[in-house]
Amino acid sequence: MATENVEQIMENEIENMAEERKAPVQKFEVPDPVVEVNDLNLYYDTKQALKNVYMDIPKNKATAFIGPSGCGKSTLLRCFNRLNDLVDAARVEGEVLIDGDDIYDPSVDITELRRRVGMVFQKSNPFPKSIYENVAYGARISGENRTSVLDEIVEKSLKGAALWDEVRDRLKESALGMSGGQMQRLCIARAIAVEPEVLLMDEPCSALDPIATGKIEDLIAQLKENYTIVIVTHNMQQASRVSDYTVFMYLGEIIEYNSTETIFLNPTNKQTEDYVSGKFG
Amino acid sequence: MNKFWKNGDPFVWLTGVALMFSLLMIAGLLWLIMAKGLGFFWPAGVTEFELQNDTKIMGEITAHEQIRGISGKSDTVEDKFRTQLKIGNRDLFGLDFRWIDDDQIVSQSEPKYAVVMERREWGNFYGFIKEITKNGAVICQGNEECWPKLEEDILVYANIYKQIRKIGKSEIGGINREIENYRLKIRGIELKGGNPEQIKQIEAKIADEENKYKEKEKELSVLYEEFTKEKVVMLSVDGREKEMALGNIVLAFRPNAMNWFQKASLYAHRVWGFVSDEPREANTEGGVFPAIFGTIMMVLIMSIVVLPFGVLAALYLREYAKQGTLVRIVRICVNNLAGVPSIVFGVFAVGFFIYGIGASIDSFFFSEALPNPTFGTGGILWASLTLALLTVPVVIVATEEGLAAVSQEIRHGSLALGATKFETTWKIVIPSAMPAILTGLILAIARATGEVAPLMITGVVKLAPQLPVDGYFPYVHLERKFMHLGFHIYDVGFQSPNVEAAKPMVFTTALLLILIVIALNLTAIVIRNRLKKKYTTSAV
Repeated sequence: MATENVEQIMENEIENMAEERKAPVQKFEVPDPVVEVNDLNLYYDTKQALKNVYMDIPKNKATAFIGPSGCGKSTLLRCFNRLNDLVDAARVEGEVLIDGDDIYDPSVDITELRRRVGMVFQKSNPFPKSIYENVAYGARISGENRTSVLDEIVEKSLKGAALWDEVRDRLKESALGMSGGQMQRLCIARAIAVEPEVLLMDEPCSALDPIATGKIEDLIAQLKENYTIVIVTHNMQQASRVSDYTVFMYLGEIIEYNSTETIFLNPTNKQTEDYVSGKFG
Repeated sequence: MNKFWKNGDPFVWLTGVALMFSLLMIAGLLWLIMAKGLGFFWPAGVTEFELQNDTKIMGEITAHEQIRGISGKSDTVEDKFRTQLKIGNRDLFGLDFRWIDDDQIVSQSEPKYAVVMERREWGNFYGFIKEITKNGAVICQGNEECWPKLEEDILVYANIYKQIRKIGKSEIGGINREIENYRLKIRGIELKGGNPEQIKQIEAKIADEENKYKEKEKELSVLYEEFTKEKVVMLSVDGREKEMALGNIVLAFRPNAMNWFQKASLYAHRVWGFVSDEPREANTEGGVFPAIFGTIMMVLIMSIVVLPFGVLAALYLREYAKQGTLVRIVRICVNNLAGVPSIVFGVFAVGFFIYGIGASIDSFFFSEALPNPTFGTGGILWASLTLALLTVPVVIVATEEGLAAVSQEIRHGSLALGATKFETTWKIVIPSAMPAILTGLILAIARATGEVAPLMITGVVKLAPQLPVDGYFPYVHLERKFMHLGFHIYDVGFQSPNVEAAKPMVFTTALLLILIVIALNLTAIVIRNRLKKKYTTSAV
């Protein structure tokens, strides 16, 4: 009961704040933005899950989305590759630009978009195929069938995901026989095999042990040299370790967006400070 | 006491006992069928009995039982025993089987020279060899002298018989078919009001074929003459003589003079004959090869139809249809369809497939053969389709379960890589659901193989003159009627003119049907397990 009241009060407060800010939208300036989000609203039936989101995501950096459960981090992430389209009840307003193209334009080819925006899921989801076929899948559905090209793609992607040395001798074995951490890195390899511009990661380490998590975090540090990474995480330490920029979200709104250092050491918003210091969330 | 119930031990016992009962019943069923079925081919000894009224009787002992009756000595009702003998010689005695009261028996012996003959007509003969004649001249006399000659010559005549069958059935059959085809062509031309020139050409071809036919007939008559040249004169146990052509004997053996090894090899020979030969004597003797062939072919056609059909339907229901009340109703209907009695499907098939589709096919493509129906009557295609209809709910339900078990994450993973919904379904979802789909197919096969009722009205016959597959274009004749093991059991066991003789056949055929179901299932299970291994290695 008490917590409900607190939430209610907070919500009201945020609504008031949003009202105040509405007139001049002050986007947080980032260098070289790849993804630009302007006035994005998302509804599940009548429930609004994202409210007036304005943000830019910088190229070849890691940007972390943090916030309590249900705040819309994953929903926002799934707007970038239009995976929300799979939910019948979801309705999107506003625009998301990737390299200046509006991805919600009716003329956009969704499959083409999803090749440009790769995704790694919370639960590792290798296909029930061999390791090789998992990595080659993206290339195959784009029509690539030459063995030599596929071999090259598989090797390059597995190396890119720091998995090559562990699996080079068992490429033809089922991917389901790997350890959890290996499977997640396989999913990363599969995603980078189609050479996307942006790599979305939805809590990629939440089901992994600390050692496997460490490996993935090292991998993210390497990957951001070539890819723009957007990572959703519940783990504050992880956000501070891997990301260059951090977005704090609450109840479908962006509360604060700044460099990771600022968010964790010197947040301007009281709620952000409470969240990153563990007082709520 | 309360504690005793609460700790759950009685429940464990209860469940265990229930399982044990089920297993015992299945084991009992298999044991009965195997015991009765497998023993049939073992060459049983021949026993000769001398009875009180100075008659002799000889045959295989087939049963021995206790009855209550009036004893011959003291006129009181008491328990006594009687024995059933298979005495054969239906042409002499009229009946194959005879019961004798044990108190009538004076003595019994197992004569070494007693010969058992399986004949192409009249069933078994039990007796002794008197002499063998060729072209009317006696070439040997007595049991000892004639036996090697008999054994040898039976093989020679079996060969001639094969040739006669070949000419009579496939060669002359082929000529007849050609003539029939030409006739139908003429009729087709006439129906269209075509020119007489064409008809004349075809008539010339018919004349050609008829000449060929005459040649073959001549060949055949020569063979027939050869076939009846050599005859054996047999003595039955009561001293009557019976002359028969060697060609009419399928198999002769002297069970009382055989050692274990000879009996075993004869056993194997007879088992092979059973599965590879055609039936004789209104199905009560000979083999069941056409029935095996028909059963397997029917199940294969059914599988080919039901698998894609059921999988596609399930895909639509699970992947594309908007989940709602309508889909739920459809699903309930599909489930209920699985419980509809099979004869209902048979009746539907007669009305829809045979009189509806079949008759239309006939009027469009085989109008020259009318009023004789081609597809407008029962046939292996319609029977297979009926079974496909009967088993499609099983495949749909199993496939739907398999599709539902494919995780959303995997589908999203594929979509996020830029695959379309179709590519995801085709490359990820269906392969993942394949083991479940094959489980559905296994259940469908198991149900279809054992089904008899709907087949009886959609194309199964007691005796099909031709297999549905042969060497004549178009090689696979889906419109033909066929034989089926399940129906064969019913026919042999309950429609046979000689029920007593056919009884062992019922069990052997049942055993064979069970073996075929097991074999078909095992094949599907092996394929499924291979797929399972391929797709799911033990993952944590």
